[in-house]
Amino acid sequence: MNGATTLPRRNSFGETMRADVWWTQPLLVFVGLSIFIVYSTWAAFQGTHYFFGNYISPFYSPEIFGFSPHSWFGPKPDWWPDWFIFSPALLVLWAPGGFRVTCYYYRGAYYKAFWADPPACTVGEPRKSYWGERSFPLIMQNAHRYFLYLALFFILVLTYDVWKALWFVNPVTGKASLGIGIGTLVLAINVVLLGGYTFGCHSLRHLAGGFLDQFSKSPACYRAYVCVSCFNRRHMLWAWLSLFWVGFADLYVRLCSMGILHDVRLF
Amino acid sequence: MKTATFKIWRGDAKGGEFRDYRTEISEGMVVLDAVNQIQATQANDLACRWNCKAGKCGSCSAEVNGMPKLMCMTRMSELPLDRPITVEPMKAFPIVKDLITDVSWNFRVKKKIKKFKPRPPDAPDGTWRMRQEDIDRVQEFRKCIECFLCQDVCHVLRDHQMYEKFIGPRFLIHVAALEMHPLDTENRIDELRNAQGIGYCNITKCCTKVCPENIEITDNGIIPLKERVVDDFYDPLGWIWKGLKKLLNG
Repeated sequence: MNGATTLPRRNSFGETMRADVWWTQPLLVFVGLSIFIVYSTWAAFQGTHYFFGNYISPFYSPEIFGFSPHSWFGPKPDWWPDWFIFSPALLVLWAPGGFRVTCYYYRGAYYKAFWADPPACTVGEPRKSYWGERSFPLIMQNAHRYFLYLALFFILVLTYDVWKALWFVNPVTGKASLGIGIGTLVLAINVVLLGGYTFGCHSLRHLAGGFLDQFSKSPACYRAYVCVSCFNRRHMLWAWLSLFWVGFADLYVRLCSMGILHDVRLF
Repeated sequence: MKTATFKIWRGDAKGGEFRDYRTEISEGMVVLDAVNQIQATQANDLACRWNCKAGKCGSCSAEVNGMPKLMCMTRMSELPLDRPITVEPMKAFPIVKDLITDVSWNFRVKKKIKKFKPRPPDAPDGTWRMRQEDIDRVQEFRKCIECFLCQDVCHVLRDHQMYEKFIGPRFLIHVAALEMHPLDTENRIDELRNAQGIGYCNITKCCTKVCPENIEITDNGIIPLKERVVDDFYDPLGWIWKGLKKLLNG
């Protein structure tokens, strides 16, 4: 800028003229995300108590290799290194994790809460240097749509898990019968919330029709764009609700499996 | 009648200070009314730019209690009167005097953006035909009044002063209005990624928060443009898909 020497002095870290409690939102984001990261990491490394009868924890689904009846390809593979702890969650959790890490909403939220870049609007930053999302590692955020493809596959798998959660095996006769337990509802709500979050993704909005300049030439794409936009308007809300609920769903299955909770069969 | 204390920044490019002014507040007043009242009764030399007083000209941009706002659209009833109200010039631009800043950098940036280039006319009389659903999206961006509050709040400009590398949210919205226009045939994606520095935006949404026209700058403008950059530069599967589609369509 011409006359750059006359620009006002930069704010120092945390300096602002704001009169409101600007730190509340980044603090809540920091606490909320930290709790989830700690719990999900702990749960992922457990490798036990992740299923209960016809229920499976969403952290462990799809169970590619594992010890439960839900496993797709049998138990722990031979090629798994002995020195590294085995947990079925470690094979899959990186995909939804990557989807959230590269999500446009979360990016804005955690840049503020964890990296103070900036701490809040018009509040001074701790660093003078700034690279944005143009250089490694943050240039990798552009891979968001690839994580979206995986997340859409996970929605299908979790929906199938809800279907399985509708069938209860009678331990005496060995016959499966249709029913609904509290766990079924927990897993179903989980799919609805994750679906609301995934179907409101900014990348999906673009791929569904946002890439077009003339919607009228592709009515189907336009309808898809309008539909995704509808979810997208509340993307932050879906993001937080689904984050909380997926953690809760794991906890519910875990507590049932440990015998701490008794799953009530509604019919 | 209620009174309020204002701390108004007085000075120029060489330096300045906040000075206290106490003035009466009547019902329906906005911050600009109070500043004008102070100017008329206590500080005749207070420099303040304003014009329409209706939130449409974008002249009276300033920072009220630390947040970029149009003074004419900030109601006194929304502000706590039990403590002084600070009014200062936008921090992202050089100060001329008191509340006036030099925003000419923005106009120079705008000149560098590729202009609207429509396809050949649809009708013999030289006119075009557009469907409403095609134009709805860009009409939102046309609401911009160029108050530059979004430029002011953007930390890439405000804190990191990357004026040579990043055009800021106002002009990303301008590019979006052109790039998504159903008649436009120009391609601005390469410039967006390189000269205009869209990758510097880290989606803090502060620009959206301060926009007096409630334009969804981030969700409807910047992120869709980022996705178009991904299409062209970071999506190998997309390139294969587009290549296959071209082959199949002959």
